[in-house]
Amino acid sequence: MNLFDIVGPVMVGPSSSHTAGAAKIGNVARRLLGEEVAEAEILFHGSFQATGKGHGTDKALLAGLMGLAVDNPLIPLSFEIADEKGLQYHFGSIDLGDVNPNSVRLYLTGVNGKKLEVTAASIGGGRIEITEVDGLANSFSGDYPTLIIQNQDQPGLIAEIACVLAGFLINIATLQLYRSSRGGYAVTVIECDNEVPPDVVEELGHEQGILKVTYLSMED
Amino acid sequence: MYQSMAEIANICETENIAFWECVRQADCTEQAMSPEENFEKMKKMYLAMRAADYAYDPDQMSRSGLSGRDGAKIAAARKEGRLLCGDFIGRVMERAVKMGESNACMKRIVAAPTAGSCGVLPAVLLTLQEEKKYSDEEMTQALYVAAGIGGVIASRAFLAGASGGCQAEIGSASSMAAGAVAYLNGGSTSAICHAAALAMKNLLGLACDPVAGLVEVPCIKRNVIGAVNALTSADLACAGVESRIPVDEVFDAMRSIGRSLPENIRETGLGGLAGTPTGVSLRERLEQL
Repeated sequence: MNLFDIVGPVMVGPSSSHTAGAAKIGNVARRLLGEEVAEAEILFHGSFQATGKGHGTDKALLAGLMGLAVDNPLIPLSFEIADEKGLQYHFGSIDLGDVNPNSVRLYLTGVNGKKLEVTAASIGGGRIEITEVDGLANSFSGDYPTLIIQNQDQPGLIAEIACVLAGFLINIATLQLYRSSRGGYAVTVIECDNEVPPDVVEELGHEQGILKVTYLSMED
Repeated sequence: MYQSMAEIANICETENIAFWECVRQADCTEQAMSPEENFEKMKKMYLAMRAADYAYDPDQMSRSGLSGRDGAKIAAARKEGRLLCGDFIGRVMERAVKMGESNACMKRIVAAPTAGSCGVLPAVLLTLQEEKKYSDEEMTQALYVAAGIGGVIASRAFLAGASGGCQAEIGSASSMAAGAVAYLNGGSTSAICHAAALAMKNLLGLACDPVAGLVEVPCIKRNVIGAVNALTSADLACAGVESRIPVDEVFDAMRSIGRSLPENIRETGLGGLAGTPTGVSLRERLEQL
């Protein structure tokens, strides 16, 4: 949290959690997909489902998926813009269990056929938390360039990843590790202080034991 | 951001700097940003508040139909000299409602600290600038004071209605605005702290009970009480009136009260005004839309 989370953000109303947070989730999901969104299934949970319509949560989330920033005055017109673009979207509801009441799950397909599943929560003041990517639990804010690495749970892998990043003078801000079981699948989430260039992301993808690398860039 | 107002006051004294400067310093360090760049960013927030004030549409209603057009009514009454509170407070009230209505109508606003409480700071600051002809730079400094206070509240308590009730939103906005006004009015660091404390004390315990869960009823009109309460609290503090309970302890009290509030009056749209027969029937009507 910084000073401009207190006075700010500049945003389209009416709710920092239900509108600005939803638009931010859409934006982060779009950047995680790494290409323009062609199809989106948007499933709202809890309070997002119950009061989303009155807060424009649906409009804001769709606007975010098209790259509209949280303060873009076109957010209220996002359905029309999506229809014009030919973006296929569908809204529904889902029970994600005992999670933040302002949660949503997205199934996205990009214009080049890339697929991504994202679950996220709006945690207040327009800030968000990504809680799952491709069905694997994790937690990051979307405020930093972030690497989401699916890998085998094996010794030395984190060291190798850190070594690659160090080679490009990329400073790690936070590092989290999750695994399904010993020796099974693991997810490493690394928030960085600077952007990770595309060739570095690719290089990480070629490391032995790494299954998939998803990268959240702060640049459009 | 700082953990306590005492810490800010202490740095102001030992380094002999103004309250706003102390607040900016910490954010520059946190964000690795130059003081000038940081100042410009804060100034943009102020200018965005002004733009949002201008952009009010007196004919627009919200998607739910629950709110809109009240700002124009207050403006008309003020211009006809029918407001008992006079022209200055009249303009403050008018701006607070207008901003809340713009927010409900999905227009662009500045969350300060939240969207639901976005009318408090601009109502007070824009009207004071109009009245006293302060420069945009002075207003930006005042906004730093407000943000610094909000930062302390965020670290000791909370700023979301879902966490601590409306006291965390309108209460915090009012406390932030009170400190900002005390600063503009020539108040010392101590007066800023007392203004923030007095404003928060008046709104402790306020429930977050929005009808149908929407940021409209009663949120919009509560921006008026937040704004006017900020002005009276700043006046008290600048006159030398002190809060018997130190400001950091007042914020701690807000936290403990927020923790004790039942869930049905923490932004769930179930209890309080939302749970009244009229509140329930409005919700049922909206669900059919």
